[in-house]
Amino acid sequence: MARSATSRGGGHRASSAAATSAAPESDVSLTREQRLELYYWMRLTRSLEERLVNLYRQTKVVGGLFRSLGQEADAVGSAYALRKGDILSPLIRNLGSMLVQGASPVEILKQYMAKGDSPTRGRELNIHFGDTERGFIGQISPLGDMVPVMAGVTLTFRMRDEDRVGLVYVGDGATSTGAFHEGINFAAVQRCPLVVVIESNGYAYSTPTSKQTLARQMVDKALGYGIPGERADGNDVIATYEATKRAVDRARRGGGTSIVELVTYRRKGHAEHDNQSYVPAGEIERWATENDPITRYLARLAAEGVRDDEITAIDERVHREVDEATDIAERSGVPEPLDALEGVYADPPAAEVLWFREGKRAAVDVNERPAGWGTFDTPAKGAD
Amino acid sequence: MAEITYLEAIREALFEEMERDPNVFMIGEDIGAYGGAFKVTEGLQAKYGEARVIDSPISEIGIVGAAAGAAHMGMRPVVEMQFIDFIANAYDMLTNYVATARYRAFLPTPMVVRGPSGGYVRGGPFHSQNPEAGFIHTPGLKVVYPSTAEDAKGLMKAAIRDDDCVLFFEHKYLYRRVKGEMPSGDHVVPIGKARVAREGRDLSIITYAATVYKALEAAEQLEQEDGLSVEVLDLRTLAPLDDEAIIATVKKTNRVLVVHEDTRTGGIAGEITARINERCFAWLDAPVLRVTAHDVPLPYAPSLEDFVLPQTSDVVLAARRLAAY
Repeated sequence: MARSATSRGGGHRASSAAATSAAPESDVSLTREQRLELYYWMRLTRSLEERLVNLYRQTKVVGGLFRSLGQEADAVGSAYALRKGDILSPLIRNLGSMLVQGASPVEILKQYMAKGDSPTRGRELNIHFGDTERGFIGQISPLGDMVPVMAGVTLTFRMRDEDRVGLVYVGDGATSTGAFHEGINFAAVQRCPLVVVIESNGYAYSTPTSKQTLARQMVDKALGYGIPGERADGNDVIATYEATKRAVDRARRGGGTSIVELVTYRRKGHAEHDNQSYVPAGEIERWATENDPITRYLARLAAEGVRDDEITAIDERVHREVDEATDIAERSGVPEPLDALEGVYADPPAAEVLWFREGKRAAVDVNERPAGWGTFDTPAKGAD
Repeated sequence: MAEITYLEAIREALFEEMERDPNVFMIGEDIGAYGGAFKVTEGLQAKYGEARVIDSPISEIGIVGAAAGAAHMGMRPVVEMQFIDFIANAYDMLTNYVATARYRAFLPTPMVVRGPSGGYVRGGPFHSQNPEAGFIHTPGLKVVYPSTAEDAKGLMKAAIRDDDCVLFFEHKYLYRRVKGEMPSGDHVVPIGKARVAREGRDLSIITYAATVYKALEAAEQLEQEDGLSVEVLDLRTLAPLDDEAIIATVKKTNRVLVVHEDTRTGGIAGEITARINERCFAWLDAPVLRVTAHDVPLPYAPSLEDFVLPQTSDVVLAARRLAAY
């Protein structure tokens, strides 16, 4: 679905000079078309990940596979509160946010499959990529690192007096890092137009939130930084959108940094290999049956008069797009080995080929594909 | 006695040291009920409880610093980095605080920081690193990087008993791929001692960790195809370096190839070459050569990662060049 050229949600454009207080001054209304668009992004996120699971089982995904099952609403609804020119930095469960910002399914598939024409040309894994033009900056694995980076991005908006906002995602785990603390504090004192979205999904890998913090809720941390905070139901895409939109509008008005906590639940493991042995019995099933964000949103749309055939048309379109993207991604080739040496610096353009490799186009005849990173589900092998 | 894997050998050492010394305890992310990302610490919390096997928040600075404080008080903490790449977060704590503690404040800091390291696993730039060089360059830290299951166990026990901070690099490619039979009794391998992994006369390959196996494969191929007798020296400890063993192999074969998976510039091969030049240059019949990773971050795609990292064929080529010099 084409990204709307001006404002995606609400169309509100407050004067940056107007507001100095954090008083709500936000238009969070959505048109019927926009409400259907939210459904499209959520469905695309889920269907694309389901396709990735198939590819993973066919060993076509080279590294690990990270799911956002059950978190589609928080990713999509929050990103939808931004408009063209804004920049977000996603985390590993923000595929939906990246799609909203303009990442395409074929890019995602090529990334996971380590293709030569993937966005990072095979250098980085999964959804670790960005495009500042479209408005997203890729994450790295160490958690919390993107908070200070996005503080700098939004500091620049402020220094140039640009009417732009930044949004950075962290999970409950990343709030325990030094980078999170330093980054959000810096952004706060510099009054950077930054929204820090904390996705409270219950677990950081195997660690429950109760072992991550004694704070009753993540949004309480806002008090310590002297910034506004808001907490919303992350499995309600409209509530997520509205809470984020208020924070985005506040930032755009000159109201500085704020926290939006989105309460959700991670229904799959940290990555596909994780068997979630640490999750209490019944917990995942309860969220799946009682609080699935797509099921909930479909019920809401039906109550608002959206017809089944409208939903079916979106579903069919999503399936068609995922199929087409898969065909394209599968046809792509692997990276040329020598490309590995390019682009460490602007100048020199490529690293030196070491003397023992001179004149060679490849290091080995066959690129072995280990079953995993050596994590626990990998079958033991004999001495190499 | 049955063979166990490199990973199981580390776990066995952790169990034995926890049992032997009540001051030994562990801190790490997901190491308790879950047993760690690679299951190295599986079963430890069940046996020793949450007080001695502590699941921490995602806070590398916090847990390394806390380990240092506990170590000052007489405890012997073992800290897990979920991937050694994340040790970068604790770089300040390790290099500014821990490494200087004994020298500037006479505070003993007996602690171990351990974690899965290394590539050849398609882990990409943040799950494949070999960051040992930065720490080798820091006086006050010891650095260990075993290649065999026996050494993994024996060096872990030595590291926990050492009175200073030991960084214990575990190669994740080797975790479940190599096995060994553990010597009976209290098996401790001294820190600072290299091991001759293969005896030879014509040239020496000095290496450590996963590339020990690349060197051994190359040595076998060179013997079969070229009739060359290749010695392989497995350093095991990178700080302090075993100068005696390095000099001995130089004097024995007079030709040296240093191989490591770490990138070339600032890698330990440069240090080893310099020491050889200073201590036994006259014994060399050829310049010391290096086979290392290329100077780039480690990429994800198999074709790229394989190009960046040293391969057995590179070791063979370099050894032939050296033999023909």
